[in-house]
Amino acid sequence: MSSTVSSVRRPDVKVSPKARKGSLQPRVAPWMFVAPALALFMAFLLIPILYAVYLSFTRLKVTTGGAFGARTQVFVGFDNYVLSLSDPELLASLRRLATFGIISVPLTLGLALAFALLLDLPQIRYGRFSRTAIFLPYAVPGVIATLLWGFLYLPSTSPFNYVSRALGLGDINFLGLPGLYGSLANIAVWGGLGFNMIVMYTALRSIPGEIYEAATIDGANEWQVAWRIKIPLMTPALVLTFLFSLIATLQAYGEPQTLKSLTSTISFTFFPLMKVYRDAFGNDDVAGAAATSVVLAIGTLVISLLLLRVLQRRAFGEEK
Amino acid sequence: MSTTLVSRRPVSRRPARTGAAPSSRSRGKLGPTIVLLIGAFYCLIPIVWVITASSKSRSELFSTFSFIPGSGFLDNLQSLSSYSGGIYWQWALNSLIYAGGGALVSTLVSAGAGYGLAKYRFRGRNFVFTVILAGVMLPQITLAIPQYLLMSKLGLANSYWAVLLPTLINPFGIYLARIYAQASVPDETVEAARIDGASEFRIFRQVALPILVPGLVTVFMLQFIGIWNNFLLPFIMLSDDTKFPLTTGLYLLLNQGTGQPALYSLAIMGALLSIIPLVALMLFLQRYWKLDLISGSLKG
Repeated sequence: MSSTVSSVRRPDVKVSPKARKGSLQPRVAPWMFVAPALALFMAFLLIPILYAVYLSFTRLKVTTGGAFGARTQVFVGFDNYVLSLSDPELLASLRRLATFGIISVPLTLGLALAFALLLDLPQIRYGRFSRTAIFLPYAVPGVIATLLWGFLYLPSTSPFNYVSRALGLGDINFLGLPGLYGSLANIAVWGGLGFNMIVMYTALRSIPGEIYEAATIDGANEWQVAWRIKIPLMTPALVLTFLFSLIATLQAYGEPQTLKSLTSTISFTFFPLMKVYRDAFGNDDVAGAAATSVVLAIGTLVISLLLLRVLQRRAFGEEK
Repeated sequence: MSTTLVSRRPVSRRPARTGAAPSSRSRGKLGPTIVLLIGAFYCLIPIVWVITASSKSRSELFSTFSFIPGSGFLDNLQSLSSYSGGIYWQWALNSLIYAGGGALVSTLVSAGAGYGLAKYRFRGRNFVFTVILAGVMLPQITLAIPQYLLMSKLGLANSYWAVLLPTLINPFGIYLARIYAQASVPDETVEAARIDGASEFRIFRQVALPILVPGLVTVFMLQFIGIWNNFLLPFIMLSDDTKFPLTTGLYLLLNQGTGQPALYSLAIMGALLSIIPLVALMLFLQRYWKLDLISGSLKG
């Protein structure tokens, strides 16, 4: 990664020859600017991570016998990892998360891309209104969004059920299986659509118009321009939004936890993070929770990096 | 990775496109506009619903069609305000403290780090930047549980600090500040100030910071909304409900509502009130946002 980071250098970062020799570029000053961030990074990211890794290799054991015996932390090697990974509940929760993600991520990004491309069309009307309205849910916290949609799903308050009952169709089961996955995905789509759309739209706006003009003169229609020119040029924004959506999905917690208040279909271990929370605070098994969360963190990092590598190679092959 | 995140395309102001023939223009207008309006309508459904539902009395909520306004708006507002000694307003204040304080400090920290990483060349720079970028990808729970355990050891669990301190570091904010500093602060200006004998800190404060403001507004807003919307961290850190922000507070209301449906009206009214300030802020600051920072297509 470090090799790619260094390639970020822009023409405007060129330093004058004098500075390059180090006569004017100070040595201590940059560290002063970076120091607060580094200190906070260590205190609230690095140390907690290392602590979690440490905990994941230990277990509290009663050493002196009796109910009031002293408990000490003993090193247990990979025991916690073996237990965590062989726990059928974890696998089941990962499967549920995958079901949810397979619905929500493509829908969010597909709709965001469609809306961004539509907004970019020259003949669009009420574009400003639509753009603002679609972006609005970004300002609504996930928990509040779940609360709102939860009431729209709840049979006693749902307008959809009100209509379907009036039509003699009976209740729609938003909160039971398998509809629940759709309902959860809908909340995620609603909350994530606007932000992703705006990121894609700003990427579109920065493509120089001359590129399209040539294509239009050659007789390309808007579809062809979108497929052949716009989408390929948007690849970095698409990769970025995909990565963010994936990370957000793996971290889904607030929404299912809130919706749990309205339906018993969602168990305490419905999604992986809910299980981690239950283990740590419900079952007082901090070591097990630490092992599971380290596994999830490594999984997230590996998936993100692999994804970036694959997509990068495909999209930026010529830059290699 | 940087190629994905930072790659810059040639940027030029797009000329107004007049290419389409008049006939195709009037034909093509309607379809896309309608699709977009359907999207807008979908996004507004829950917002409209919460406005009408908050005006319903308890019995109306469960008996009348959702989108017809009811008669209990002021009653609901009053019972929410007096619920548990006005705790709702305490939650609102707490949210403001967590989001406002956290976002302000983290923006300053990000500005310093972003500027330092963009405008100086020093040994270890790339390493520092790479490590910080990796922080963007860490799942929150991996951090939240050990953060909680460490905070308890320091005696800070269940305090305002427990929620505030971890939000002061914002790796994504540092990343954005660096991009923005690289693109907007000219080296010549920094050099000139240096030759004039200004100290490094003074150059940052008086030369760089004013130029960085538009980018920092974006960093601030993103972090403000991120903290305001955060649920997991306060949920884990706090047990005393007078320190809750709105998200955990409303979760509590909804959760208790399972046994007492009367609380549903309060939760709905609370949800409405909680989204008003953020929506207003977002609409107001929309023009100051530089979200093109995120898509990596900053106009330098």
